[in-house]
Amino acid sequence: MWVYLFDGTFIGLLTAVFERYDRKQHPVRIAPQQRYAPGLMDEPVAVVSDDTKARRVWQGLGKRLNTDWMSRLYAAFLGEQPEGFQHLFDLACYIINHGGDVIANYGNPHVLYVAQLHRKVHREKHRMEAFVRFQQLADGIFFALVEPDFNVLPLISRHFKNRYADQRWTIYDRRRDYGIHYDGSGVSEVTIDFIQHTGKHRGVLPADLLAEQEVLYQTLWQGYFKNATIPSRKNTTLHIRHVPRRYWKHLTEKAFLPLAL
Amino acid sequence: MEITEKLNILADAAKYDVSCASSGGTRKNTKGGLGNSHISGICHSYTEDGRCVSLLKILLTNHCIYDCAFCVSRRSNDIKRAAFKVQEVVDLTINFYRRNYIEGLFLSSGIFKDADYTMERLLRIVKKLRTEERFNGYIHLKTIPGASEALIREAGLYADRMSINLEMPTEQGLRLLAPEKSHAPVKHSLQLVSQSIAQFKEERKLLRHVPRFVPAGQSTQMVVGATPETDMDIMHTAHHYYKTYNLKRVYYAGYIPISYDSRLPAMGTQPPLLRENRLYQTDWLMRFYGFEVHELLNPLHPHLDVEIDPKLSWALRHMEQFPVDINTADYRLILRVPGIGVGSAKKIVQARKFGSLRFDQLKQIGVAVNRARHFIRCADSPFSIGDPTANVIRAQILASTTSKYIEKSVLQLSLF
Ligand code: SF4
Repeated sequence: MWVYLFDGTFIGLLTAVFERYDRKQHPVRIAPQQRYAPGLMDEPVAVVSDDTKARRVWQGLGKRLNTDWMSRLYAAFLGEQPEGFQHLFDLACYIINHGGDVIANYGNPHVLYVAQLHRKVHREKHRMEAFVRFQQLADGIFFALVEPDFNVLPLISRHFKNRYADQRWTIYDRRRDYGIHYDGSGVSEVTIDFIQHTGKHRGVLPADLLAEQEVLYQTLWQGYFKNATIPSRKNTTLHIRHVPRRYWKHLTEKAFLPLAL
Repeated sequence: MEITEKLNILADAAKYDVSCASSGGTRKNTKGGLGNSHISGICHSYTEDGRCVSLLKILLTNHCIYDCAFCVSRRSNDIKRAAFKVQEVVDLTINFYRRNYIEGLFLSSGIFKDADYTMERLLRIVKKLRTEERFNGYIHLKTIPGASEALIREAGLYADRMSINLEMPTEQGLRLLAPEKSHAPVKHSLQLVSQSIAQFKEERKLLRHVPRFVPAGQSTQMVVGATPETDMDIMHTAHHYYKTYNLKRVYYAGYIPISYDSRLPAMGTQPPLLRENRLYQTDWLMRFYGFEVHELLNPLHPHLDVEIDPKLSWALRHMEQFPVDINTADYRLILRVPGIGVGSAKKIVQARKFGSLRFDQLKQIGVAVNRARHFIRCADSPFSIGDPTANVIRAQILASTTSKYIEKSVLQLSLF
């Protein structure tokens, strides 16, 4: 079987779709180069990411699908699932061969998989829009650390840019070690050397990096959170379903305050 | 008094208002401004009782000239009182918002002096937020019943949502617990806001620069279980208010005992969480599933079934309407099948165009097949002789489900 090895990027994946039609090869398995383990019957083909080829595929899909579905495809890609790449590839081919209407066919395994993966990624995007907690730094920048399950920073950047248009902010993904920074006009990608700035405490900024009133507002927020609870209705199961423990580390209302360290 | 203590007192006093929704807002950020609305709202956190934290929900003050028996802020209650200054509320809102703690502000208040005096202060806060701070986040403002028309109409220009609580589902209930109050001023103020919303909408069609007025609409809240109303009374009231005042939401708050008053359930009584949940399910069925209130609650069935949800309960009373054929039935009928939600129903009618659907596909689409299978036919339904009766189905479904509320209530029952 043909195995297309791509570089793991979205451009690479779309390029692979282009190559499949250009070379008229079928069926094709697709794998990210870094994670490929050769099989006995494989015929590996290296796919070189190419903006022009990728754009042609994307535009071709765009003619057949509405914008909702286009963003679903991209979001599903950011889900970073190895089998997701194959489904996306197969789905793109399915659409190219049969036209955009078949996207409503939830009986098709690729449509269903991509729709479901998109749902998960979308939920994580929504969670990040909710769970980001900015701390104001001494230089005025509002700074947040996150560790999302999927690579959702590209999906949340517009939301934060629109909402916090008048403040400078950075949202940093500790797991993927990059962040997005808004400087008052545009958003760009950044990387930061953390150990140098924060010492060994993962996810906790030392108090001396923070703006003067930061600790006050964190204290106020924690007090608010505590007093908003109605003890006789306490329902820990429900609470944890909504706010899974893995997110607590970066939630101000759940975390220890810098002063307490 | 320190700001920390004030916030703790006035957040604590505001928490019995269950609404925290920030949905329905359409406000966009303005140039150089702060914030916007998110169409479906965002819950930034959840309290330990599992409720959404979306807005900074506080009272301006818990001083109050009234003595409503069901309320912690009633004047005869011996508690610590506090009041925010206008600027304090503004600072808290802005600083919480900038840190992405909240979607906006939910501001309510006890009544100090009179309705207008209180409303005027609420107005000053929202006006300052919108005009001086250029804040475009969500604002939910309580209308103080009986406040003057001018104040209410100005406040509506700055708020996204306004609400007034009915408190008790019926006039008799309210009279019993709050003899100084009646539903009349509540209705009057709801009417005023609802008319203004309609009027501004009309004018906006003609002139684009007409400002928005309470764009996310009005809501109300009823306390459930403090007075002896039936579920039917409650839902008929809800239905009436939805229709008459074009409300966006009605909230049902299970009464939480806060007083030794003999007119009220005793201290230590568990709040009726399961009942509250069933009422919300009924509300949902009325608003999104095309059910009429009398189909779900009527003199023959004045109370909702505790063990099973109202949709299943309705289906079991109407076995003659089933089974529904998934591959041919009308969307509205599919929507009435227990175990099929709005999302699944939509997917079913789309997907069946591509071929007859089977059970495994329904499962993948998101149908709760365990529940739905008793009420549907699809491509691979087995041929069966003699359909099981409603009672058999009910028992089967009950045996296979656990509810997050049931466990607790069974436990409570077994104590007596
Ligand atoms: S008027 Fe409102 S705040 Fe005052 S006692 Fe009655 S319910 Fe409570």
